[in-house]
Order: sequence, then C-alpha cells, then structure tokens
Amino acid sequence: MQKTTRLGVAALGALLTLGLAACGGGSGSSTPSSSGGGTAAGGTGTFNAALTGVVDPSDKKGGILKFANAGDWDSLDPGDTYYGYSWNFIRLYGRSLVMFKSAVGKEGNELTPDLAEGLGTPSDDAKTWTYKLKAGIKFEDGTPVTSKDVKYGVERSFDKEVFPDGYTYFNDFLNWPKDYKGAYKSKGVNTDSAIETPDDQTIVFHLKQPLSNFDYFAQLPATIPVPADKDTGAKYKEHVIATGPYMFKTNEIGKGFSLVRNPNWDPATDPNRKALPDGYEVSTNVNADDIDNRILAGDLDVDIAGTGAQPAALGRILPDPTIKANTDNPTGTRLWYTSINGNVPPLDNIDCRKAVEYAADKTTLQTAWGGEFAGGQIATSLLPPAIPGHEDFNTYPPGADNKGDLTKAKEALTACGQPNGFETNISYRAERPKEKAAAEALQQSLGRVGIKLTLKPFPQADYFALYAGKPGYAKDNKLGLAMNGWQSDWPDGFGFLQQIVDSRVIRDTGGSSNVSVRDPEVDKLIDQAMEQTDANARNAIWTQIDKKVMDDAYILPNVWAKALLIRSKNASNVFVNDAYGMYDYLGMGVK
Amino acid sequence: MSFLELKDLRIHFPTDDGLVKSVDGLSFSLERGKTLGIVGESGSGKSVTSLGILGLHKGGRAQIGGEIWLDGEELVAADAEHVRTLRGKKMAMIFQDPLSAMHPFYTVGAQIIEAYRIHNDVSKKVARKHAIEMLGRVGIPQPDRRVDSYPHEFSGGMRQRAMIAMALSCDPELLIADEPTTALDVTVQAQILDLMRDLQRDFNAALIIITHDLGVVAELSDDILVMYGGKCVEYGTAEDIFERPEHPYTWGLLGSMPRLDRERTERLLPIKGSPPSLINVPSGCAFHPRCVFEDRTAGKGSSLVPELVETEGGHLVRCHLPRDQRRSIWENEIKPNLEAS
Amino acid sequence: MVTYIIRRLIWAVVMLSIVSIITFGIFFLVPRLAGATPEDLAARYVGRTATEQQVKLAAEQLGFNDPLIVQYGRFAKGIVAGADYNNGPSVEHCPAPCFGYSFRTRLPVWPDLLDRLPVTISLAIGAAVIWVIAGVATGVVSALRRGSFFDRAAMGVALAGVSLPIFFTGMVSLVLFSYGLHITAPGNVYTPFLTNPLTWAYDLLLPWITLAFLYAANYARLTRAGMLETMNEDYIRTARAKGLAERTVVLKHGLRGALTPILTIFGLDFGLLLGGAVLTESTYSLPGIGKYAIDAIGYQDLPQVMGVVLVAAFFVVFANLVVDLLYAVVDPRVRLV
Repeated sequence: MQKTTRLGVAALGALLTLGLAACGGGSGSSTPSSSGGGTAAGGTGTFNAALTGVVDPSDKKGGILKFANAGDWDSLDPGDTYYGYSWNFIRLYGRSLVMFKSAVGKEGNELTPDLAEGLGTPSDDAKTWTYKLKAGIKFEDGTPVTSKDVKYGVERSFDKEVFPDGYTYFNDFLNWPKDYKGAYKSKGVNTDSAIETPDDQTIVFHLKQPLSNFDYFAQLPATIPVPADKDTGAKYKEHVIATGPYMFKTNEIGKGFSLVRNPNWDPATDPNRKALPDGYEVSTNVNADDIDNRILAGDLDVDIAGTGAQPAALGRILPDPTIKANTDNPTGTRLWYTSINGNVPPLDNIDCRKAVEYAADKTTLQTAWGGEFAGGQIATSLLPPAIPGHEDFNTYPPGADNKGDLTKAKEALTACGQPNGFETNISYRAERPKEKAAAEALQQSLGRVGIKLTLKPFPQADYFALYAGKPGYAKDNKLGLAMNGWQSDWPDGFGFLQQIVDSRVIRDTGGSSNVSVRDPEVDKLIDQAMEQTDANARNAIWTQIDKKVMDDAYILPNVWAKALLIRSKNASNVFVNDAYGMYDYLGMGVK
Repeated sequence: MSFLELKDLRIHFPTDDGLVKSVDGLSFSLERGKTLGIVGESGSGKSVTSLGILGLHKGGRAQIGGEIWLDGEELVAADAEHVRTLRGKKMAMIFQDPLSAMHPFYTVGAQIIEAYRIHNDVSKKVARKHAIEMLGRVGIPQPDRRVDSYPHEFSGGMRQRAMIAMALSCDPELLIADEPTTALDVTVQAQILDLMRDLQRDFNAALIIITHDLGVVAELSDDILVMYGGKCVEYGTAEDIFERPEHPYTWGLLGSMPRLDRERTERLLPIKGSPPSLINVPSGCAFHPRCVFEDRTAGKGSSLVPELVETEGGHLVRCHLPRDQRRSIWENEIKPNLEAS
Repeated sequence: MVTYIIRRLIWAVVMLSIVSIITFGIFFLVPRLAGATPEDLAARYVGRTATEQQVKLAAEQLGFNDPLIVQYGRFAKGIVAGADYNNGPSVEHCPAPCFGYSFRTRLPVWPDLLDRLPVTISLAIGAAVIWVIAGVATGVVSALRRGSFFDRAAMGVALAGVSLPIFFTGMVSLVLFSYGLHITAPGNVYTPFLTNPLTWAYDLLLPWITLAFLYAANYARLTRAGMLETMNEDYIRTARAKGLAERTVVLKHGLRGALTPILTIFGLDFGLLLGGAVLTESTYSLPGIGKYAIDAIGYQDLPQVMGVVLVAAFFVVFANLVVDLLYAVVDPRVRLV
C-alpha cells in the first residue's frame, strides 16, 4: 500500500506538471517567436489602449461576434432589466428615446438622441419633458413605431409583479394617477397625467417633482417601444420585438440566443449605430474560467458581464506582457467604501470620524479588494473618475505612500477626547470574502492608533434590511463602521450620489444603502442639483456634495472598482465606453 | 510403465516466511481401473498433490519438480496449454464442497454443458442432451428438469452428484476426488461412495480419492497412501493398511476412524498434537513430536530423516522403529485396543 | 416478481413524496423556524427595487401567509394536476407535472428540465460506457497481474483520478486539448444526438473522458478488489479443472462473480448522474440538469431547485429499483420477495 500511495503521488505530480505545461502552452502561442493560431492581435496591442482610443478601427461589415455570459440576464425584456451590461447590449436590438454615445471613454457618457430627434425639452420648472420621435422608425415586422408604443413600454414596466427586475424610476417620479398598477392591471386607465402622446411622434412626461436630468431616465431601456398587440407579458422576453439593427433569431432562455440583422432597421434614422457584424451568438451560464480561456484562445469575443477576468486567468495574464498588452483595465462607476456611522459614539464626534479617515491604510485596503488590476484604484472621494463632476481632491491626505497619516490621526483622536483610541464594531457581508478582507485590513491599520475594531459579519440578503442598514439596530449594536459599495445606474451625480448621501432615503425600518450620511446641507444641495437644468452647473453641485460629505467624514472611500477586460482577437473597433465601464458592444465589428 | 506414475514429485511455495514444502518427494503409480486412496490430515500435502497432477497448483510462484507420467506423457515439463487440453478430458476432478466449487450464477446444466463442449465439438443441444444423460446416470431424479436448476437449488448430496456428473462428462481416464464426501451427511456419504464405485467400474478409470478419513477409502481403495508433512509415510494395499499397518501415524488414523456404528465425533485413540508446519518441518522424522513411540527410536526420531522402506510385497513404511518392534506394537498394543472398542 | 415490482413502485412514490416534503421543508419551514417572515421569503422574488407594499402583496400572492401544509398541498397538487399562473396580460395554465414557474425566468420549470434532460443523459451514458469499460478492464488486468508495474501504475492513476477535482482536470484538458491542440470541442457546445450523432460524440468527448476518469478510477479499484476475491473462489478452480482457457475462466467465471457489487454501485452512480453531473456540466458549460441545478441555487430560484431535487431523487429511486431487479437477473440466488 505504501508503494501504491507513493506512486499515486508521483502520478498526481505528473498530472499537475501536465496542467502547468498546458497553461504554459496556451500562453506560449502568443509569444512572437512561436507560430500558432492566435497571434493575429498579438503584435498590435497595447495595455489599456481601448481606454483612450479605438483598437483595430474598421468599417468592415460582416461576420458573427460571439459573446458569453457566466451568469444570465435578469431579463432580455427592456422593461425588466437592471444590469449595466444588459443596458450596453440592449442597444443592439432596442432603441430608447435617447442613448449614450457609442464612443471612447468620457465621450461615451454623453447622451445623444436615438428614437427622439433631440434631447428632451424641459419646462421651466423641469417637471415636464417633451420628446419628438424621428419619422421612419419601424419595428422588425415593418410596423411604424409611434409615441404610443413608447408610452406603452413605460406603462407596462410599472408592474413590478410581472417585471420584478427593473428599476422604479418611472414609478417613483412620474405623476401617475392614484392607485395606478401598470398596463396590465390598470388597463384602460387614463394615464395622461404621467405620459401624454398628443400625436404619434410626440411624447410628454409629467413629473411629480423637478428633475433636471430626465434625459438619463429617457435613456433607460423602459423607453424602448413595445407593440401592445405583441406584448406577452412575462414571456415577452422570449421574443422581444426589435427596433435596433438586430433582432432575435433564436432564444433559449438559460442557454443563449442569436441575433441577426433586422431588415426594417433604417440606418438613415440612426447615426449612432454602425451595425458592422452580420449577427451575434450569445451563450449564457457559461463557466467563467472557460470564458477567459476561450477569449484568450480566440474562440470567443466578449465576456458580456464586463466584470473582468477570473483570478485563474489573471494569474496567466498579468505576468505575461504579450498577453497583458491585449487587455484593458478600466475604472468603473462602482465605489467600495466604509460607512462611518455618526449615530454611534464616539463617532458622533467629527474628529473621531476624521481619525478613522486619517488612520486608514489605503494600500492594504486596495490589496483586500483584489489589488491594482482586479480590485480597484485607490479612491479619495466618492464620485468615480468616469462620472462627470468628479474632481481629484483628497480631504485627508494619507501620506505619500498611501499608508495613512498616523500623526494627523492621533491629533484628531486627541481633539475628539479619545487620545488613546476607542472601540467599535465593523460590519460586512458574510458571503463576501473581499469585504471581510477589507474589514480586516481596517482592523489592522486603525489598530495602529488604538482604534479597536471587532468584525461583525451579517448575511448579505438582510444586510441592509435588518442589520447595517437598519438605523436602530446599527446604533444599538454599535456598528460604527460598515462595509459598503455602490454603483451608479448611469454616469451622473444623481445616479451615483442620491441613494448614498441623501439622508431622506434613510428609513427607520431599514433597507437603505445610505447608512451614515446625515447632513441637511447635503440634502439641500441635492435638491438644488435636481432643479438645475444646466449640465455644467449641475455637475459643479455634485462636486460640492462630494466634498461636503468628505468634510463630514461620513464615508471612508476605499477603491473605485476596476476590472481587467480581455480584448477579443477577432473583433475590430474595440473601445471602452465610460458610461458602462466596459467595452462598447455597439461599436464592435469583426476583423 | 503404469497409467499414472509420480516420481519424486516436489511442490514448493516460496513465501515471505520461508519455503513451504507442500509436497516433498512423492512417488507412486496407479493403473486404469484401480483406486488409490491418499489419506492424511489437512496440510499433509494430499490436496496439493492432486492439484499438481492437474497442473492447477496455483500461482506462477510454485516450484514444481520431479515427474508426472500420465499414459506415457510427462506433465511437469509439458506445455501448460497442452496440459489444459488434458484437464477435464483425460483427467478430471471432483471437489470437496460442491456449493462453493460450482459457480453460483450458472445453472448446473450450463456448467456441465460448458465442461463437455470444451473438449467435444458439439452443438449446445447435443451437449445439453449429454448433460441430462449424465445427471440421470449419477442418480439425479428428473434430470431433464433439474438440468436448469442452479446449484443452490440442489441438496448437498444432489450437488455432489452433479459435480461428479460434470467431472465424468468427458469420460476421463483419471478421476481425482478430493474429500468427495466430507461436506455430506453420513447416510448420503455412503450413497456417494457407492455411486463412485459403480461409476469407476463402468468407466474403467483410474481413481484417486483424497481424504482425511480412512473410513472413506476402506471399501473403495485398492491401494492406500498415507501422507504426513508432504511425504509418504506408509503405502500399501488396503489390506496392508487395515490389517498390518506399521506406521504410528497410520495407527493414529485408524484409531480415530469413525464408524457407522459409532458417533462419528468420538475418537478412540486421538493423535496428540497438531499437524506440522510445512515451513519449519520438525527435524528428523516429521512425525516424531507427536509420536507415542518416539522414545523407542533411540534418539533417531529427532535427528535422522527415516527412509521409505519396503517391508514386504510393496508395503512401504517410513519409520525408525525396527520392523519387528512395529509389528509387535501393532499386534499387542494397538490392535486389541481398536477391537475392544 | 410482478407483486414485487408493484410494491417497489409504490415505495418509490412514497419515497419521492418524502423527499418532496423534506425539500419543501428545507426551503419553507426551516427559514420560518429561523425567524423569517412570509415577507422576508417573498422579498427574494420581487426584484431589487420592491417597496414594502409590493413585498406584502407578493407574499400574499405566493401564498406564503397560508399554513405550510396548505402551501405544500398546493405544490403537490401542481405536480399531479397542474396549476394556473398569472402572467401579466393573461393567465397561463401550467399542465401537470407542474413544478411551478421559475421566479427569475418566469418559465415553467418542467419543460426546462425536459429540455435539459437529453444533455445530462447523453453525458451520463457516454461517460458510463467509457468508465465501465476502462475501469473494469483496468481492474481485471490489475488483479491478474497483482503487484506488477501495470498494477501499481494503474492504481496510482486511479488514486489521482479519485482525488483530482473535475473542475481542475476539466479546465486543464480544455486548455490543452481544445484551445491548445484543437483536437476536441471547446466548452459550451452540445449537439443533440438526432441532429448529428458524430458531432454529438465529438462535442461530448472531452466531458465524457473527464467524467469517466473520475469514475473509472473507482471502478478499477472495485473491480480489482472483487477480482482478487473471486479468483480465489473454489468455482474458479473448478473452471480451470474443466480445462477452460484462462481467458474464459477470468471473464466468464471470475468477472461474472465480481460484477455484482459493481452493478450495485453503477446503478447508484448512474442514477445520481442522471440527476445532473453538476461539476462536469458547469466546467464544460453543458446545459444539462446539473448546470441547471447550480444556476438555480446561485439565483436562489426555488421552483427550479425543487424541480431538480425531485427529478434527481426520482432517478436515484428509480435506479435503485432497476439495480434490485437486475440483481435478481445477475445472481440467481437473490429472490425478489
């Protein structure tokens, strides 16, 4: 038996070597000296080239792009989808009133009319927004698109029992009739108080409150027109009627679908889309590691989720400059941060909060979140760089090496009356190892000035509803710090900040993402921004809010999330769109 | 030359503990139509001898030496494949426990048919007919029905009959029966022995019966070979062994022979001690540690290996005791005791 | 025999009912005992942006406020008799066996399972053929050449096969054979057998081998142990004494005797596999029952999970029944009473 065991170990070793050789073999094919199938893109790439320019620009039409998704869409239905990648992708088959430009970097943040002739026309109080539709836009079956189809699309998305995955922006902000329940349950109810369609080309939205940035609402997929007579409710996602350049050919939910050209899409009505490939093949629920391997091998083009390569692939990519040259590392619109709860003494004292800001070691936090490439960029304020209104500033300089300023931290502690530090708890979501690592990193670095943290994990499903997000619970259980994260629905100060800094979203019953920022001045500034229809002036207010919250020391920013995207070997026109923080799926073609 | 002749047969098994000399220099001969009984305790080497004749001494590790002549053919040095073709056809074997010796998953008929068809190029139908015939011949009632029964559906005696039918199916010239009755009831034992005697007469085969029980061979055997520690210690006609036995071990066997008129477990003169280890065979006479009369050998018992010596007319004995002394011990000390009981 | 089968079938139904009750209990009773309210349960089915009112409504509509026995009754009735569901513009009838609608995809679970079953069956059958042939052959040779180089090497590889996780062997073999040497199909491909049997086999070859490797190892060890035992049986000596060729002795007499325990294990393994080869299917992204199960669990999609559990349980119970029947065929000593 002894001998057998030893032999077994030897065999195992041989197999492991084989595995390593296999990985080595894969990477070997992209070194210039070796021949092999996959060197086509090898020579031209530069790391991060797609962040600032178009890689392999081309107007060549034809070919099929292959996408894969490690998970699955929440829904392909425009009224029922709430994933960033889905909003990026949906532009291929659906046209909303306005859309984000298919453009490189920050330019992608700009809104441009799609169905509409121009951006929305607000009333003076910014409570009424009017859009005119272009003429000649048709559904895939040739039926002309009217403003009533847009209105119907929004009305049906109201019903969250049928469409539970969507957002509630329209439900919350439009002036719906009392007790309105959506297009199905309130069939025939006059909804002109919320949406008017004076003629087939005009649509008017009526809001309950001023909303200076309603154009961002108008880019939501819910404004993609849905023909009422083709609506099959929850089953509509099995065959969404296309208005974009592509329509569904096959669709097997849970497995994947394919798109082909929509003959009734008229390029004359659409300056935003090049529509280069002849079609798309999309697989869902694909093994995440396999996706990375296949993109690296040139067998697949895009990991649609845009959340970056898995750790296994990172280990292959980062050490190899030739592979790394064909990847991009955009900073997304997600902030990982630590809420500092002013309700929990002694953090009710601003100086104690400042001590936390100063003492934190940003480098260990970055490591905890996954490092420079897969974790994120060290954050010094709230608004991510990709969002208009972001400004580079650092209220609490953590020293040249980013390891924290312990002198300033001790001064702050003294000012707070706790010169030897204090004790408090830090909560995190038990299912998230990175949050745990970040909490441990903070425990370490704050310990240097005598701030003792006790780790408190809570189940993710009830984290905000019952624990960290429930003010009474957080206070009673001394959850002074809480690990937190937020991603903007769209690249706009409102989309990013409102839910995490407006104290009015905090409810005693729990459930709010804002667990610490309670500053009436900030609330006032938000109201101002929502009334300000001039984009530049509005963005300046978001900057002001960002600075104010940092001055209050209610939030300790950790990192702005980054993802390492692998560039397809076969795709042309590859670039990262800041609006989505991933490759722009509208621009890509096949080489 | 006789039909079967063994010359100095040696079968040794190397083990981690040493060399096991299961059979150590065995010679005898047997004619067609005659019966030889090989008697000894378990571990005496009698079963290994029979397996050696068939070429079934297991494992490539067994070392076999000497000569086995069967009908003029030497088998020890012969090609294994050739010996295989002789097995079942020219020489067949009946095993001790028919329940474990027959495959539990195949019908009795199928197993006989298989045995028959190895050596006879006939259709299944013909072989089946033959199997039924054989079953009938060994006294199994309704053989055309029982042919499709599984071994576990037979009684012990019936199973042994079936086993005999299988062994005889190819009309073998040499039949070896290894403890053919040990697993059976006393009454059934007698029936099986009768059957074997009848069949041997019909088939005119040479028969070797291997047993630890002298009673089994008493009526059947022409000659008897007593084995101890891998060696022959006494050889002679049945009459020699039962009327004029000269070896103390044979006396012991006779003393412990069960009889039909007595409870079989009752032993009159049990042999003390236990069979020898075949690795560390006692020095001198292998039997000396258990021998009641060892003190009369003048110390030779533990130092000198006795030779197999002919006492008279083919009666061979391996013993240090002088011939006269052996006869007088038998006549005066052993025989009266046996008869008195 | 017939009464035996009938009795076993009744038992199978009872077993499945018990499994369904336990599964139901795990998902609905245990959270309740742990203090979750009907609203907490409902909150997971109404999306991320639901208001409290919507959650309450959903709890009411999903029937989470009813006594558990009523909820189970409704679930069981759906399987036996079908059920009706509200689908926005219309009411949808879900015919029996109705495992309900997925909370996430809003599709009925049963057709989904039926759709994925061929993939899992294809995977299981192909792998089973390979592992039984390879495993048993290796085991037999190992047993006959006990202690030889082949024996030691084979048992070493077998140990590795049992120890190495499939996501590792799967990933390595994909990178090596599919993306490196381009001799096997990449992950995430499946062609139905009826569409093109050759492509079907080509697409599944690597998953088959990977999966078979895991099982073959175990079967080799089992066969080896079984053969070592049976080759010492008296009936093997009898077979040799008949003059049978060694090959016949080994295969017809030895292997036949060693096969019974392997058959038992095989039945259970195969039944379990039909319930989904979770790791293999996720490694190769094959849209089978196992992948469906892992996705369903990932999305906490209860009706899907319940469906998979019951289907998997069905296969295990069914495989047990088949094994017991086969047992009687293989070993005539076994009586089915």
